[in-house]
Parts: sequence; structure tokens; C-alpha cells
Amino acid sequence: MDLQDQAVLDRGIDEGLEKLTPERIEKVIRHVLDNESAARLKVYLETCVHCGLCSEACHTYLSRDKDPDFAPVAKVKDTLWEMVKRKGRVDKDLLRRSARIAFTECGACRRCSMYCPFGIDIAYLIMTVRRICSLLQIVPQYLQDTTNSHAVTSNQMWVQADEWIDTLMWQEEDARDSFADARIPLDKEGAEVMYSVIAPEPKIMAQLLGNMAVIMKAANVDWTMPSADGWDNSNMAMYSGDFEVMGRVERAHWERARALKVERVVMGECGHAYRGAVYDGPKWLGWQKPPIPMIHAVEFYYELIHSGRLKIHRKITEPVTVQDPCNIVRGRGLHHKLRYVVNALCENFTDMDPRYEHNYCCAAGGGIINCGPPWKLSRMKSIRVKAEQMAATGAKICITPCHNCHSGIEDIIGHYKLGMHVSFINELLVKAIAEPQG
Amino acid sequence: MSGPNTGTAAPSSQNMSTRPANGPQDWDMGTKTLLDLERLDGYVAELAVSDDGGHAAAVVEKSPEERIIAVDNQPWEPALEKAWSLRFTSDGRAFALVRIDDEWTIMVDGTPWEERFEFAWNPKLAGGGKVIGVQTKSDMQYSVAVDGKLWDARFLSCRDYALSPDGSRVAAAVQIEELPEADVFKFLEGTWTVVVDEEPWPRKYLNVYTPIFSLDGKHVAAQVRTDATDYTAAIDNQPWAQVFTCIWEPRYRTGSDVLLPVRQQGGWFLAQNGKILWPSKYVQLWHACVSPQDERIAAVVATAYGRWTVAVDDVPWKTTFSDMVAAPVFSPDGHKVAAAVKHDGRWSIAVDGVPWMPTFDMVWEPVFSPGGESIATIVKENGKQSLVVNGRVHSRSFDRLWAPAFSPTGKQILLRGVDGTRVIREVIATTEV
Repeated sequence: MDLQDQAVLDRGIDEGLEKLTPERIEKVIRHVLDNESAARLKVYLETCVHCGLCSEACHTYLSRDKDPDFAPVAKVKDTLWEMVKRKGRVDKDLLRRSARIAFTECGACRRCSMYCPFGIDIAYLIMTVRRICSLLQIVPQYLQDTTNSHAVTSNQMWVQADEWIDTLMWQEEDARDSFADARIPLDKEGAEVMYSVIAPEPKIMAQLLGNMAVIMKAANVDWTMPSADGWDNSNMAMYSGDFEVMGRVERAHWERARALKVERVVMGECGHAYRGAVYDGPKWLGWQKPPIPMIHAVEFYYELIHSGRLKIHRKITEPVTVQDPCNIVRGRGLHHKLRYVVNALCENFTDMDPRYEHNYCCAAGGGIINCGPPWKLSRMKSIRVKAEQMAATGAKICITPCHNCHSGIEDIIGHYKLGMHVSFINELLVKAIAEPQG
Repeated sequence: MSGPNTGTAAPSSQNMSTRPANGPQDWDMGTKTLLDLERLDGYVAELAVSDDGGHAAAVVEKSPEERIIAVDNQPWEPALEKAWSLRFTSDGRAFALVRIDDEWTIMVDGTPWEERFEFAWNPKLAGGGKVIGVQTKSDMQYSVAVDGKLWDARFLSCRDYALSPDGSRVAAAVQIEELPEADVFKFLEGTWTVVVDEEPWPRKYLNVYTPIFSLDGKHVAAQVRTDATDYTAAIDNQPWAQVFTCIWEPRYRTGSDVLLPVRQQGGWFLAQNGKILWPSKYVQLWHACVSPQDERIAAVVATAYGRWTVAVDDVPWKTTFSDMVAAPVFSPDGHKVAAAVKHDGRWSIAVDGVPWMPTFDMVWEPVFSPGGESIATIVKENGKQSLVVNGRVHSRSFDRLWAPAFSPTGKQILLRGVDGTRVIREVIATTEV
């Protein structure tokens, strides 16, 4: 095994391990296995016949020359199986390895479940390992810091309440430079749509908010954004295994939508936030489904273009390809709507191969990119197949309707020198709907 | 389709009833136009109507750089760079967050506070709706101002605050220690606490949420996180001895008893003063509230996965709802409980477990008549809003309605709404619906 990228010092894991005692390790693992895990954990572990068919599904296994240590079944065998087999009496070396595998070598993308003859949700097993690590406080430092941000601010990037409102206001001003009547209505009770985003937008990509003001005005949508907590439904606590903070974030989001009396929520271009708000969050809180309908931006754009509410005046001419974000394609089946939108906006679209629900993950999602710089080399080595897949399209733009995909693919493009750039749909859409001058 | 912002959804308060704090004095039947939107020259960004329906105000954008606030069609001077969060105090004074010369403040009845801030947000009312508080930031430090008076104390951050019921005291969740970037170990030592009237509690916590005052204003309770996996309530800086894996917002009963939804053994319970009060284990429990007489307690609960209802004194209603149940509201005599409920994608109001027959795209919170015999609310259907009383839909629909109010006898209802280009107040007989 190539250890260069794996022998990583991470304070969150290493210093956390120093504080653990054998008694605490056993107590926490047994608590999770006995009290927190559903019956499916036992079913999965007892059903798996170790056939290894999941291996070919995994981008880390494929990218690392089919090293069997990176097969999904091996990731479970080396972590959870040992914890179960030893009834929680595991040492710190196993925990260190478990944290590395669970947080940095599996993005819970669920591609492997499609290749398992029994449909075992291997990502669920890995998430169980993450839960154990979270309770033991051995989470990669930067991922834990993101969770701490959620716990304090409800958003993932320590955005202060005033910074959020101020950003919306100046983005409204910017939007009006290109569309005179564009506005970002704050706290408009009874609006049809609440638009929710994730913290990187106000923090580092504020133009996406202004773009949305232009799109909403062009489509004449009755919309609002909340001025108070609940505006960010991204959820790295879901991925760090801190389900209590995850639940607090999701409750804040849905209660804000209720307070505003909106009929539905449109989620911006983020896959994991969609997953947190639609699946994991509601489930932990006791909802079978989101209490108020939520659609992802891809569905929203499809609806606006397909219905004619948005007119495309000029298409993007550069060759483009598109990434299928795991949580909205494998998780929601939006791949056809995604391609409808891409084809509506772009003249020269080449698909990836494989595509749709068989497309490879970006290796950034599932909290992996949030593990930060110490793990970047490992992440890049684990995603060579994606780079090859993208290069084969000949595209100059890779469209990524997901923040994790956007950042992850930007890294891939740089690392593998692909000569492309990434773009959200939002950025292409504002160009495409702009009416020609004169 | 996109109209003015006609209502600010304030963050949830302890009393979730939307009944105006001060009812109107004028119960003469008929309609009165408060504001003619056509006379407002510019884009109407926000509208507000006073609780008694006597006044209406608008934020009007004259140009991208210039906004005015007009009350009863009379513009305030001077024009403002920005204005938002327009509301009325219970005694009929319009106020809003405004920016003048690149500084923020509150403007009340056309007069800005003397204090100016780098930023101000989250206005709250207390003292029967007459005292105005707001969060502030100046020189990258955070504080609170009440009725124009700014605290001397400044903090690294402030996430929330509460005013005592009479408005004389303030408590806030504040950060009192620097947290270096990505220092996950310092975080575990605690960098947050509650500050009451500028005095921070001595103990630090990982997190502090939703501070509230007791009804007499003498005590403060808050959610605190004492360790990575331990949550509890702290009362006047004294955490309960019992810790839980998760908790939600505390509620004061009369006196100093504190209710707290707590999670333990994989389920949710209602605790009081650190001990389990309701022995039933729920899949979820939140929005606990107390009857006005402090005799009964209601809370939103999930009795099973995806089965939501209201429990009163630990007895769930027999009817459950698939999608959502909003915060329950007691009748003034404490005998009835009503809540907005959503089942199979449609909203309605349930009273003592019985949902109204008609369902709607959206419903607002229920408002009881003083005697508790009638319940009114606002509903939205096909984009238009209507008054509904006891499940009967009023024949008229509006572009927007604010919360209805009953007369002291319960025989009249005050409607405040937007009808085309007019903001109106209308008093109708309850029997008219």
C-alpha cells in the first residue's frame, strides 16, 4: 500500500485518540451497536458474502490500481466488522485506521450499493463508523470545525448573522446592475418559495446569490430568503456523525420555512444539503418526508425553462460536460432533468461515460473535502478515474450543480491539469437569459 | 405574482399566538382604507398595519439608493439609504431598521435613535409590545440596544437575545473567548455563555441557545451544551445536574419552574426542573407551552415515525398528522388547544384533536376569541388569502391578510389586509363568516 498520502497527521484524530481509554472505547462502540443501530446493520453484516462485486463500483479502488484495501467490502471489514467481532474491545490503531477510512476514503456516495447483489447500503455501515468516531471525538480537525460552526451559527462557515443579511443586501444591489428590478425579499411571509443556500455562498461565492435574484425576477417568482438562522441547510454534522447538531440545523431550517408560511423550499445547487434536508435530517427528527416540499435547483430550473417562464436568449457555445451529483442523481433521479437544463443552455454538450446514476463521485462529497488540506493528496489519488473520465469528454466547462462537486472537480482539474473550468448552472443561466443588447 | 413584503416573520417567541398584543378600540362595522398603494410613487417593498388596524405603513423604494417610509400615506423625512423589517409597536408607532449615512439604527415614528451602528438586526418587542430591542455590531463587536440605549458591554459574537416580559431586562447568548481558527480543542473548553443585563454568567459552555426570562423577569433559563455529547438547561448559570443527549428550547411556567424537551434512551420526554415530568417516550417532542392558568401543558409530539400530533398533559390527541404540526395555542381559559396541522400535503387547524374539514395550501396560527368559543385564522388557497372562522371560509379573499383579532365580546372580527391597491381595515360580524 502506498502510505505517502495516508500517513497524515490530523490533530482531530490523533489528539482525540490520546484521550481515550479502553473502557470508553468499548462503552461507546457497544452503545452505538446496541442502542443506536437499526436492525439493518445486523442484516447487512450477516448478508454480505464477501463476494467483492462492490469493488468495481468504487472510485478509490479503481483509482488506486484496484488495491483491494480500497474495496468497499474491505473498508467495512477493516472497521465495523472488527468492532462488532471484538465487541467494542478495539485498540487505538484500529480506531485511527477506521477514522481515516470512514472519513477520507469513503464519501458515502452509494455507488457500491448498486453493484452489491444484495443491495447492501455500505455507506450506512461507514456512516455508523463515523457515528462511533464522532462520539469518541476522533473526527478530522477541519470536518469537526465545520460541525462546530453548525453548532454555533447553524451554518457551516461561521457566518455571522449580520454578515449574512449584509451580503444579501449588497448582492441585491449587484443584481440590479444587470436587472433593474431584481430583488432579494427578506422574511416575506406567505411567499411561494423560500430559497435556501449553503454558507459558501455568502462567504466566498456571493455572486451566486445575486444571480438567483436575477433568475427569480426574470421568471417572476414570488420568493423570499430568511434573515435569521435556518437559511443554511448544509449539514456537515450529518457527515461527521454528530446527529444531534444535524437535527438542530435541520429543525431550524424547516421551522424557518414554516414561520415564513412558504409553500415550498427551493434548495440551491448543493447535493449534500439536499440530502440532509430531505432525508437524513427529517428522519432523525421524526418526519417521514420534509414537512414542506423541497425541490433542488436542478428541478427548479427545469420547471422554469420547460414551462417557458425563463426564456433562453443565447446558448453557451463552449464544449461542456456535466457532473451527476450523487445525492441528487443516485439519491433522487434528477439526471434527465439535469440534461434537459444543460441542453437548453449549451450548444455543445458531451456526456461523461459512465453517466447518470453510474457516474463517479467527485470524491469531495460526504464530508471528504471538509477534512481539509491534510487529506487533499489522498483525495486526489482516489479520484484518478474521474479525471480520466472528464478528459475524455473534451469539454472546456464542467457543469457541477453541487457545491461539493464544484470544489472537488476544481481540485481535480488543477491536480490533473485538465484545462477546464467548473461552473454552476446558476452562472450559465444568468448569461443565457440575458436579453441581447439592441 | 411577486408583490410587496407584507409581513415579517419574526423568530419564534414564547407566546406563539398571533393575536395582536393590543386590540382595537374601534369595533364599528365597516371598511376603512388605510393606505392607497397607487399614491405611493415607487416600488412598495414592505407593508405593515398596526395591531388596532388604525394605521398602515410602507417601505417605498424611490430609486436604488433611496427609500422612504410612509405611514398613512404621509412620508417620513429624510429619505433613507435602506429600510426594512417594518412593524408597529402595540401602541401604534411604526418602526423599522434603517440605514442613514452608511450607519444602521431604528427609526420610530419618523425619528431615528441617536445611537448608530455598523449593523443592526433582529428587532424584538417586549413590555406589552412597546419596548424595542435590537442586536447590534460596531467595530466588529456585538451588543444589544433597547429603546435607543446601547449596552456598554461588547462581545465577540452574539447569536440571540431575549427581553424580559416588561422589557426592563435583557439576556443574550454571547461568545466571551476568542476561538482560534479550527481549534476544535479550545471549542470543547467552552467559549460561550449567557449575559444578563451586561453581566456574563461565570461559567462557559460549548454552546448556548434560546435564553428566556421567567414571567416575573427574575430568572433566566437557556439551553447549554456542557460537553460534546451533554446538553441540559442552565438556570441563572446553574446547569441542571441531569444531562441529556439533546434538548430543545426551555419554557418557564408561572414562577421559576422550567420545562425542557429532552432526549434520552433514543426517545424524547418532557422534563421539569431536571426531572422527567411526562413519562411517555415520544419519537419527537417540542414547542411545549403552558395554559394561561399554568394548569395544563401542551406540546407537539410524534407518537411514531411520521405521526405528529399534540399531547396535552402527556395525553396525545387520537388523531395524528403525517406532515407537520405547528406550535399549539391554548384558549384564554385554558380549556381548548388548537394548532395548525398538515396532513397529506394539506394544511388545516385542529382543535382538541379534531381537524377542521376544509383544508388549504397554507394556514397561519389559530387565534381564539376571548371566551374561547371561536377560532379564526388566515388561510391561503390558489394564491389568495382568506379569513376562516371555526372552519368556515369567509366569502371574500385578499392579496394579503394579517392576523385577525376578535372584539372583547367575540362578536366582531377585525380584518387587516391588502385588497388590490388598498390596504384596508374591516370589522365584520363573526356570524358573517
